[in-house]
Amino acid sequence: MSGNSYYSRKLHSLLGVIPLGLFFIEHALTNYSAFEGGKEKFLDSVHGLHDLPLIFFLEMFIIWLPILFHGVYGLYLAFTSNLNVGRFNYGRNWAFALQRITGVITFIFVIWHVWQTRIQVALGNTTYDELGEHMHSIVTQPGYFTLYFIAVLAAVFHFSNGLWAFLVSWGITIGPRAQRVSSRICMGIFVIVSVLFLLSLFAFRGDEFASASAAIGTLQLG
Amino acid sequence: MADTATAQRTVKFIITRQERPDTAPYTEEFDIPYRPNMNVISALMEIQRNPVKSDGTRTTPVVWESNCLEEVCGACSMVINGKPRQACSALIDKLEQPIRIAPMTTFPVVRDLVINRERMFQALKRVKAWIPIDGTYDLGPGPRMAETKRQWAYELSKCMTCGVCLEACPNVNDRSSFIGPAAISQVRLFNAHPTGEMNAHERLEALMTDGGIEGCGNSQNCVRSCPKGIPLTTSIAAINKDTTKHMFKKWLSL
Ligand code: SF4
Ligand code: FES
Repeated sequence: MSGNSYYSRKLHSLLGVIPLGLFFIEHALTNYSAFEGGKEKFLDSVHGLHDLPLIFFLEMFIIWLPILFHGVYGLYLAFTSNLNVGRFNYGRNWAFALQRITGVITFIFVIWHVWQTRIQVALGNTTYDELGEHMHSIVTQPGYFTLYFIAVLAAVFHFSNGLWAFLVSWGITIGPRAQRVSSRICMGIFVIVSVLFLLSLFAFRGDEFASASAAIGTLQLG
Repeated sequence: MADTATAQRTVKFIITRQERPDTAPYTEEFDIPYRPNMNVISALMEIQRNPVKSDGTRTTPVVWESNCLEEVCGACSMVINGKPRQACSALIDKLEQPIRIAPMTTFPVVRDLVINRERMFQALKRVKAWIPIDGTYDLGPGPRMAETKRQWAYELSKCMTCGVCLEACPNVNDRSSFIGPAAISQVRLFNAHPTGEMNAHERLEALMTDGGIEGCGNSQNCVRSCPKGIPLTTSIAAINKDTTKHMFKKWLSL
């Protein structure tokens, strides 16, 4: 890597939390609105987001560029690490290994997920209004549902454990007690955010999101 | 007589050996007569006296390094039953058999169990792990160190550069230039010293370059492996804080 890796690594760690972590939480909440308030609430949330001013630049600087850097540099970091949980079977070493494994899974998943959703919108194959139905048609297929299920858990683990590592790498949690407490909090975050995402996955499978797409289907037929 | 000789208890060893730095490793098995309280070094000494393998054929004596024989010099580090540790404090009675012994391959192997820990000493030079007091005249006594600080700093000073923490670290390998936990902890030690503190920024800056502290991925194997019980992960997080602060201070004073 060119330049001083101290700064690249610091930037990598920062981007993972701000803005990517924040966006991730926002994403969980938007999806959760599908579970909580059904289709209407979900549509409201989606519209609320896409009505933000300068949305193109927001997406660019808060999502696309940070993901690109964090993902590509993260792949490189994963490549420079050994996995030695066989010899050193300790909890934190497992978290270290899983952080890299889930990172790679998340990176691949994000590319695929963006292709399936955002890019389909950009290509005009679906619209923001039909996003709920679009998701319904994806997650009602058992294969895709399983992939989403696994990838969502991987992404949430990567985020929660990354938050723990962020606190260490920036020198915020120093002693063993502080790191233990923060690891409990991060595991709590893992559980809560996982539940948010999984409930919304189940919600998208519901009939509510199907009926409209059937309606669209018939409309087009008519 | 003959009966007692055959009935004698033996200890089985499987040793990974290597003739030269560039040759392929191979294993050899040995059955060493058991003696009470023996450790891995005394077993290796036995092989040195009588280099005969389990199958009865003679071989070259196994080469190893040791010095203090009381776990303070760090010379005898090797991988014993999968874990890096000191051979002199590895008691046979406490080890599962057969006992598997291999060199710490994070370091270049010189021969058999002898490794070259040069990179650790280079790392100490790189971070200036010393207190500069040389001058042309007597500088007089330095400032005193607070007793509370001395107590934890003393723990850090126990590091014997044994290399176990580097062997345990998944980020110390030939794809990364990570300096390893030991030198980072030494920066904390020398930056805590009232005189050493005067050059604190130089040590921090040495860790803020390629292969410095950023190579840590928080697997925390080091702290669980250090034979001296050095709080390595606390040192790393403390230096993370100091380097972060130093980075902002430098930016603000540009
Ligand atoms: S910190 Fe511990 S494990 Fe690492 S070199 Fe020093 S004594 Fe050995
Ligand atoms: S011989 Fe010194 S540590 Fe073992």
